[in-house]
Amino acid sequence: MSLLEKSGAEIDAIIARYPQKRSAVLPLLYLAQDEYGYLTDAAMREVATILDLPPTDVFEVAGFYSLLYEQPVGRWVLQVCDDVPCAFCGAEELIATIQERLGITVDQTTADGMFTLQRVKCLADCNHAPLLQANLEYHRDLTTPQQVDQLLAALRRRAESGEKLSISGRYAEQ
Amino acid sequence: MPPLTEHVVLRDLDIVNIADFDVYLQHGGYEALRSAVTEHTPADIVQVVKDAGLRGRGGAGFPAGVKWGFLPKGVYPRYLLCNCDESEPGTFNNHQIIDRNPHQLIEGIAISAYAIEAHTAFIYVRGEFAAAARGLERAIARAYAHGFLGKDIFGRGYDLDIFVHRGAGAYICGEETALMESLEGKIGQPRLRPPFPAVAGLYGKPTIINNVETLANVPMIVRNGAAWYRQFGTEKSPGTKVFSIAGHVKRPGNYEAPFGTPLRELLYSPDYCQGIRGDRKVKIVVPGGASAGWLTAHDLDVTMDYEALAAKGSMLGSGGVIVLDETVSAVEVAYKMDEFFKHESCGKCTPCREGTYFLVKVLHRINHGHGRKDDIPLLHDVYNQMAGNCFCLLGESAVVPIRSALRLFPHEFEQAISRAGNGHAIPLIPAH
Ligand SMILES: Cc1cc2nc3c(=O)[nH]c(=O)nc-3n(C[C@H](O)[C@H](O)[C@H](O)COP(=O)(O)O)c2cc1C
Ligand code: SF4
Ligand code: FES
Repeated sequence: MSLLEKSGAEIDAIIARYPQKRSAVLPLLYLAQDEYGYLTDAAMREVATILDLPPTDVFEVAGFYSLLYEQPVGRWVLQVCDDVPCAFCGAEELIATIQERLGITVDQTTADGMFTLQRVKCLADCNHAPLLQANLEYHRDLTTPQQVDQLLAALRRRAESGEKLSISGRYAEQ
Repeated sequence: MPPLTEHVVLRDLDIVNIADFDVYLQHGGYEALRSAVTEHTPADIVQVVKDAGLRGRGGAGFPAGVKWGFLPKGVYPRYLLCNCDESEPGTFNNHQIIDRNPHQLIEGIAISAYAIEAHTAFIYVRGEFAAAARGLERAIARAYAHGFLGKDIFGRGYDLDIFVHRGAGAYICGEETALMESLEGKIGQPRLRPPFPAVAGLYGKPTIINNVETLANVPMIVRNGAAWYRQFGTEKSPGTKVFSIAGHVKRPGNYEAPFGTPLRELLYSPDYCQGIRGDRKVKIVVPGGASAGWLTAHDLDVTMDYEALAAKGSMLGSGGVIVLDETVSAVEVAYKMDEFFKHESCGKCTPCREGTYFLVKVLHRINHGHGRKDDIPLLHDVYNQMAGNCFCLLGESAVVPIRSALRLFPHEFEQAISRAGNGHAIPLIPAH
């Protein structure tokens, strides 16, 4: 099913917010990457068609923003802040623990397609270092390996329970 | 300076559940909007904001009322933009405001939009604030349902729509013209100025852009008056500021304090951060986000206002105070900070795109024990070529960490380099 067939009403509501249609490109790309798992070439062309834009304009936008994924990612995208001050408050230890527990390094996805690990810049929650976002939900004060284990297990359970996940954070509640 | 008995912006600390619409109403919520729309002209509101001396909290400290006065007369439509891109490292006060006191922001946006005669406002929220953006949307829906937004507000014929627009991960989109490009559906690269946004901004129309904290002050100013507001802070920096303090302090967090509060008090007082973890010594304080010049333990008596910090060669900036103790290496801090700017450079201009690349390359090798004999003059050379030549302030800001580090801690660079093979060059890839 195409994006329009599946989410036509939502797309119309998004476009109606703006004086110019083109402004809807980020929200539609968010929608598209949730639908297809990442921004496939076809997904970006679909968004271009909906907004009457040349596909290259959409490709350019997708390449510019860090939360738009042009490569396949896991069902959970884990983004650990490694900026200052987090870098000096346990971020490197947190990244090392996650790498060790998942058996991947930064910018990789687990073989089961569950987790992608990334480093990101300041998440504007520095008083809760070390922290990460999982599909743009905050998980704060992750100071011990036990907390990491609990978090990974909880995220895995949520995915396996059939909960609808959004790598674009469209259902984020925390 | 005594701490506040009541907060102006972080009223979530005084009133339980103020994020709830009904609680906000019980505490006088939306009364300032009612008074503005039913009893005052837009010009009255601009005047009281000018009289209060409200300065923009997004970094530059420009007086909000004066900026509003730059709109060309008789040109419509006009737009109001609320800047909630909040991506300056060490800064997290907008985040708390939209999470815990969203209605005060929404009311501030509505009053400000009325003042500048705009009928559409957008809140540009950084993409990572996904949950908070949803919360804002729910809060806006409540305000619509009660007739505080939408058509014919308070029966006075004033219409206003507020929309939340999520960015998608890019610090540069906090720069006002890049934000407009991004909101127009393009990549976030800054525009050439002039024309300034007040003349030709979003969609080429007159546009006012203000930070979340700036706009969240407006209902309290309209409600209590300019004289009340000016009882806080200093003559040139009136009011209070929400300082985000993080790093090696005992109790990191957001603290709202009058402008002019000494930095030492914020770091050590039981009312604020309660001192440094492990009672160690302070080494570096970056008082206004990563773009601000570094201070050291010798500077803690500086007062936190625009003038005093500028006199120290630093700036109040975003109010994000990064505190690092004696366990950190100045080389590593400079490396990590400039890595941020390199990562976020939009690539539009050469001095910033290439300059940040070279700074990070050289800092990386020094920090990892492969520094070369000529690296210190090389670093000076690179940032001097950047300074004054970048298209926007992001590139200029990238100069700040490395220049601060080399000025304040030159011996650490020398030591790091001399440890790398007795001062001789060690190539990254060994030659055969
Ligand atoms: C690289 C860069 C990033 C910026 N990021 C932000 C930001 O996240 N939030 C913000 O309010 N202002 C930011 N600014 C400042 C804005 O350009 C603008 O001056 C500000 O939003 C105006 O609001 P104010 O007058 O209320 O401070 C940034 C500026 C630059 C150069
Ligand atoms: S200074 Fe940097 S961020 Fe600003 S326009 Fe140039 S490349 Fe882009
Ligand atoms: S530096 Fe990590 S959240 Fe700000």
